[in-house]
Amino acid sequence: MTIPNEQTGRDAPTIVEVSPADARRLVTQEKVSLDKRPKAEKLLTVKGLSTHFFTPDGVVQAVDDVSFELGYGETLGLVGESGCGKSVSALSVARLVPNPPGRIVAGEIVFDGIDILRLGEDDMRKLRGKEIGFIFQDPLTSLNPTLTIGYQIAEAIKQHMGLSSKAATDRVVELLSKVGIPRAKDRLKDYPHQFSGGMRQRVMIAIALSCDPKLILADEPTTALDVTIQAQILELISLLSDEFHTAVLLITHDLGIAAGMCDRVNVMYAGRIVETGTVDELFEVPRHPYAWGLLDSLPRLDDVRGDRLRTIEGLPPLLISPPDACRFEPRCRFARDKCREKEPSLTEREQPGHFARCWATEPEGWIPA
Amino acid sequence: MIRYITRRLLWIIPVLFAVSVITFLLMHAVPGGPWAREKALPDAVEARLNAKYGLDQPLYEQYGRWAIAFATGDLGPSYRYQDRTVNDIVADGFWVTFQLGVMAFGLAVLVGIPLGILAALGHNRWPDYLTTSISILGVTTPSFVLGILLIVVFSVQLGWFPTGGWEGPETWVLPTIALAGFPIAVIARYTRASMLEVTRKDYIRTAHSKGVRNQSVVSRHMIRNALIPVVTILGPTLAFLVTGSFIIERVFNIPGIGQFYLNAISTRDYSLLMAMTMLYAFAVAFLNVVVDVLYAYIDPRIRYS
Amino acid sequence: MATVTRPLPGQVVRERRSAGLWRDAWGRLRKNRLALVGLFMVLLLLFLGIFGPFIAPYPYAQQDLKAIQQAAADGYGIGPLNPGQYGHVLGTDQLGRDLLSRLLDGARISVSVALVVQLVILLIGVPIGAIAGWFSGRLDNLLMRFTDIIYAFPDLLFIIILSVVFRETAFGRAFDGLLMIFVAIGLTSWVTVARLVRGQLLSLKETEFVEAARAIGVQDRKIITKHLLPNGVGPIIVAVTLGIPGAIIAESTLSYIGIGVQPPRASWGSLIAEGYKWIRAEPHLVLFPAICIASALASFTFLGDGLRDALDPKLKGKQ
Repeated sequence: MTIPNEQTGRDAPTIVEVSPADARRLVTQEKVSLDKRPKAEKLLTVKGLSTHFFTPDGVVQAVDDVSFELGYGETLGLVGESGCGKSVSALSVARLVPNPPGRIVAGEIVFDGIDILRLGEDDMRKLRGKEIGFIFQDPLTSLNPTLTIGYQIAEAIKQHMGLSSKAATDRVVELLSKVGIPRAKDRLKDYPHQFSGGMRQRVMIAIALSCDPKLILADEPTTALDVTIQAQILELISLLSDEFHTAVLLITHDLGIAAGMCDRVNVMYAGRIVETGTVDELFEVPRHPYAWGLLDSLPRLDDVRGDRLRTIEGLPPLLISPPDACRFEPRCRFARDKCREKEPSLTEREQPGHFARCWATEPEGWIPA
Repeated sequence: MIRYITRRLLWIIPVLFAVSVITFLLMHAVPGGPWAREKALPDAVEARLNAKYGLDQPLYEQYGRWAIAFATGDLGPSYRYQDRTVNDIVADGFWVTFQLGVMAFGLAVLVGIPLGILAALGHNRWPDYLTTSISILGVTTPSFVLGILLIVVFSVQLGWFPTGGWEGPETWVLPTIALAGFPIAVIARYTRASMLEVTRKDYIRTAHSKGVRNQSVVSRHMIRNALIPVVTILGPTLAFLVTGSFIIERVFNIPGIGQFYLNAISTRDYSLLMAMTMLYAFAVAFLNVVVDVLYAYIDPRIRYS
Repeated sequence: MATVTRPLPGQVVRERRSAGLWRDAWGRLRKNRLALVGLFMVLLLLFLGIFGPFIAPYPYAQQDLKAIQQAAADGYGIGPLNPGQYGHVLGTDQLGRDLLSRLLDGARISVSVALVVQLVILLIGVPIGAIAGWFSGRLDNLLMRFTDIIYAFPDLLFIIILSVVFRETAFGRAFDGLLMIFVAIGLTSWVTVARLVRGQLLSLKETEFVEAARAIGVQDRKIITKHLLPNGVGPIIVAVTLGIPGAIIAESTLSYIGIGVQPPRASWGSLIAEGYKWIRAEPHLVLFPAICIASALASFTFLGDGLRDALDPKLKGKQ
């Protein structure tokens, strides 16, 4: 069944399969109330999320049938290379995907018992900033250069918490101290360009935490920073999320970061989740060739100088009209015909909760455990 | 910041100096002096007049005397209107021209910027097309043509406004619109482009992620940032208004200094010409400095650095 | 993390093939309808400008007094003829001169203005900009200060003074006063192109292939002409095209004030000035030249915008 849309170019006849129930649900704007929410076991449940971008060159299926769960206070990592869909997944959770050209075309997102996709826009806006905080990658461009940082941090507070000006200011000072900015009171009237990169990211963290959210979406929070600062920032995020019992969805391409911060990790490739499990499971018994490649490509202490770094040959596939086959197949050393004929699904492996999407590593597959 | 301002202001001096020298030399390069009328004066009379006004002295001396007088505010006698000094003539027309310029500038900014903002917010919908059409009209119609068209439609055909002169508010409307036409088009285009660029910026996404209301995102985050580049074209806009005003004064028969300027050129009234050229040049240079300072002020990245 | 490597054999990496800077640009330009309209109109204007005198029904200065008298006798009163009367498609002015033919002469003038002024601008602006950009440092500084002065001078004033000053001289009378106008307008408008060229050279100078060429020993002059200028030509073409409307406006404004082209030549601006007296009774005398000016300006503006979008699509939507 095709999703009718006016943005598809003439030369992009992509058919997206959606169940009738989902289609109905996405089309109706039934309001769901923020106040009455059923008790939820997990903070965030994402089922079958698909987010597509309708461009003149075709429909880019950036996120394709992605599912994961995040418990209260838990830290989940979303790992993968550029373009694999991890950022778009996070943006989709907060419904911040730029539209045009992007759109959530299928799936279910339940946040704290609320069906996000059925929320009215105004209610969604009330969630953002208040219960869902965002930390973006580049603090220089993510902060408004013409507004003081005091204002920018207080903005969400005043919007959602209804505090008086004085109370809001006090809270801002408190937040700034918490994120480790010295002489916070004096710096309220300063502008972003007057801070260093690491300080700016601390400001972003303060903004994200300003209303004591239940969930923080951190999109590559340290990629734009110096290596020496990275550790500090990550530690800060870790500390604060523990202290406030905030769940964190950490998006990164760096396995080391994921290892240090997360309880569980999802590995994404080409818009799909290809492996999910605890950090230990992933690092000790990875069950997907892509994960092996990622781990293998990490430089090691016992590498010989002068040897080339190990890489995964090839490029990620274009996400326009992908065929029904394993998406990693062209780059996989272990691929066989079966991989080209049908796409594997996520199946549970030895440990409960550890899933992988690969024919070869399945119990009946051709790679022994 | 203070240093920046003083530096820019001081720079006006060499500019004005260069302008005055160039103008002075040009004036004196022309055959025929200020006494050329339909009937040539007898040589003796001309010689005496020249001596009286010091026109028979070497050029650099003449320039020197002019420069000193100018610096002390004495703009010299008018050669044409022998019973008045240039100061008198300038004083008469200056405020008229000034008022016209201010009104046109105000109109340009108050119409151009909102048009640009609306066009960007209603991208690819009717506000965008309307603004783009107005921009095209403004850019492809020279101001004197626009003035004449306005006269034809609103004065001759509809009779709503008088065809010219400068007596009371009804006479102000058409000239102001005619003069502001081109700047409105340019400012609207620039504002629209700037707004569209700002919309794509990361900090707008951050604002949305905080749950800020759409109106606030636009008014507090977008507009402020979008207007900063727009300030850079205000300088050329002001320069345009300064020079464009005397064309409009001709079209609408407005008694500003533009009229005198055009007459002074054809009659080679040296003092009047020098004074007015310098006045125009100074106005443009000074306004440019004001715009530059404004730009440095409203962008915090420059203000606090 | 895997670094990006070559695609494997058999892996389809769909990438748009580039056919070269100019072919790509032409392809983009073709899709832009407004730009094509502009291009068509510009070509039309060029054609009319060049062949105007040959296709005009009457010489532009010829007075058809017979028709005027005839009209008076027929009860139309003394004055310009309306469009369609007595063999004049667009009417005449009060002296009986055919308007269509005069408009064609105006087209000729506008075309000359467009081309010659830009030529002057290029002749002055490109060398100055190139020198400033290439030999940065003190020479650059000096030249830039110089351009600041030119920039600060109210340009219309300068042109007017210049025209009046040289009006009586041979230079001023050449080509019915047009040569002086061209030069004057050019003298006040070259700054933008110079700054553009300078900017191009400054940024390209730092690129690696220039260093490489230098290392091999290629002379500076060759580097400029063979490598840098071809790359920088695009924005210059755009600037030149978009500068033409300004030149046409300047020329028509000057003619309107009475400076510039000498009668009986018929610049569109002077036609408007002459026709203004008859605006109540015979608005066609003003309307048609105005439409011509607007069309010419619009066509170069559309074409220029289209060229800019075609040559650098990343700038689309921006100024």
